[in-house]
Amino acid sequence: MIDIVINITLLAFLAITSVAIVRMTNLFAIVMLFGIFSLLSAGLFVVMDAPDVAFTEAAVGAGISTVLMLATLALVKRRQKPYYDEAPRTHRTWLPLVVVAITGSALIYGTWDIPGFGAPGAPAQTHVARYYIENAMPDTGVPNIVTAVLASYRGFDTLGEVTVIFTAAVAVLLLIGGKRPKPPVKTKDKGKHDEA
Amino acid sequence: MMRPNLILHVVAKFIIPLIILFALYVQFHGDFGPGGGFQAGVIFSAAFILYALVFGLDTAEKIIPPHWLRILAALGVVIYAGVGMESLLLGGNYLDYTLLGSNQIAGQHLGILLVELGVGITVAAAMLILFFAFAGRGRD
Amino acid sequence: MDFFIGHYNYWIVIVLMMVGLYTVISRGNLIKKIIGLNIFQVSVFFLYISLGTVKGGAAPIITEGVKVYSNPLPHVLILTAIVVGVATTALALALVVRIKESYGSIEEDEIHNLDHSL
Repeated sequence: MIDIVINITLLAFLAITSVAIVRMTNLFAIVMLFGIFSLLSAGLFVVMDAPDVAFTEAAVGAGISTVLMLATLALVKRRQKPYYDEAPRTHRTWLPLVVVAITGSALIYGTWDIPGFGAPGAPAQTHVARYYIENAMPDTGVPNIVTAVLASYRGFDTLGEVTVIFTAAVAVLLLIGGKRPKPPVKTKDKGKHDEA
Repeated sequence: MMRPNLILHVVAKFIIPLIILFALYVQFHGDFGPGGGFQAGVIFSAAFILYALVFGLDTAEKIIPPHWLRILAALGVVIYAGVGMESLLLGGNYLDYTLLGSNQIAGQHLGILLVELGVGITVAAAMLILFFAFAGRGRD
Repeated sequence: MDFFIGHYNYWIVIVLMMVGLYTVISRGNLIKKIIGLNIFQVSVFFLYISLGTVKGGAAPIITEGVKVYSNPLPHVLILTAIVVGVATTALALALVVRIKESYGSIEEDEIHNLDHSL
């Protein structure tokens, strides 16, 4: 019972945090709130019996991701005050709201057919998952089923993921790895601010 | 570059070895408890990011030169793919670790350990590459 | 009440998903768009993990005396997706840095205007 209460509370916190992120305009505050959002998610993953995922989310989402976003923010801040705020919006507000409301209600209508949260007989629980749980220990001798599936049963998948991470690092190095070209930035920046 | 702050320096020097030790624990205990290469790599890189934040980027780059990081990031992928090739050469399927050891359990265990090591090295190096790329861009 | 508890997770997932989508569509600031995409991404993580949870189950680490475990497969998929997610987010942020360097702005409207005034 207690985990259901924690689950409901933390999910409500998550929803509130995400709405706060949308409504704020100060980018620095948004990035900090996103760190809180990740930490809340990590707590929630623990409640949902996924300690491995919680571990990763706490280290990556609340740690590395926040540091990278802050580093970017320092690079892209405006020259005028306020440094970290987004520009006032010129978009129409009602059209995205309509799109989101229609998509959201269609998706919520779709949830009626999903088996309830934690149902042991749900289709997701009956196929390959049962095989992994029963055979991971005799096959690999590794008690952590997640590690066994990650490295052994689905080794190809993980090889692909590692390659994606490597490629992303190479791509970031190609984009911003070198020294910054100085002259063109100044002139364009000046012209733009005069316009605004 | 950065104003020296005694408290930060002392706390960082105390805490960084603990973070690295914890990362190694997560890496090699991932078979038995929660953890594994992905988490360990990220925690390991967090230790060096903390070092760079407290002691400055130039000092951190002296400890781990950027060209090492590039080699390490590739090395992890090579270890992973190499374990696959090794099992292929021993007569098994690609990434089938059974033939690496004397029996199935030993082979699988060794294979998982090596593969997780490869994942950890690549993730740690890639995260540090990302951080140094973003932080180094702001330096004039 | 059972129906509410059984579907509450999915409803919040959809709320998060729509908040992320709304941020991506309606906001012009590129960093905020990326954060919107990240919120969307986290909502998908929750969808997977919620589907994999089993009532009364333990974390999928074999222990003596435990019979019911949660589904390990979504954990594997999401675990790798989180790390890949931060790598791709970093790539997007690097693109934003380059856009700022050559346009002097990270607001969609201003970039659009600059493109047209050339």
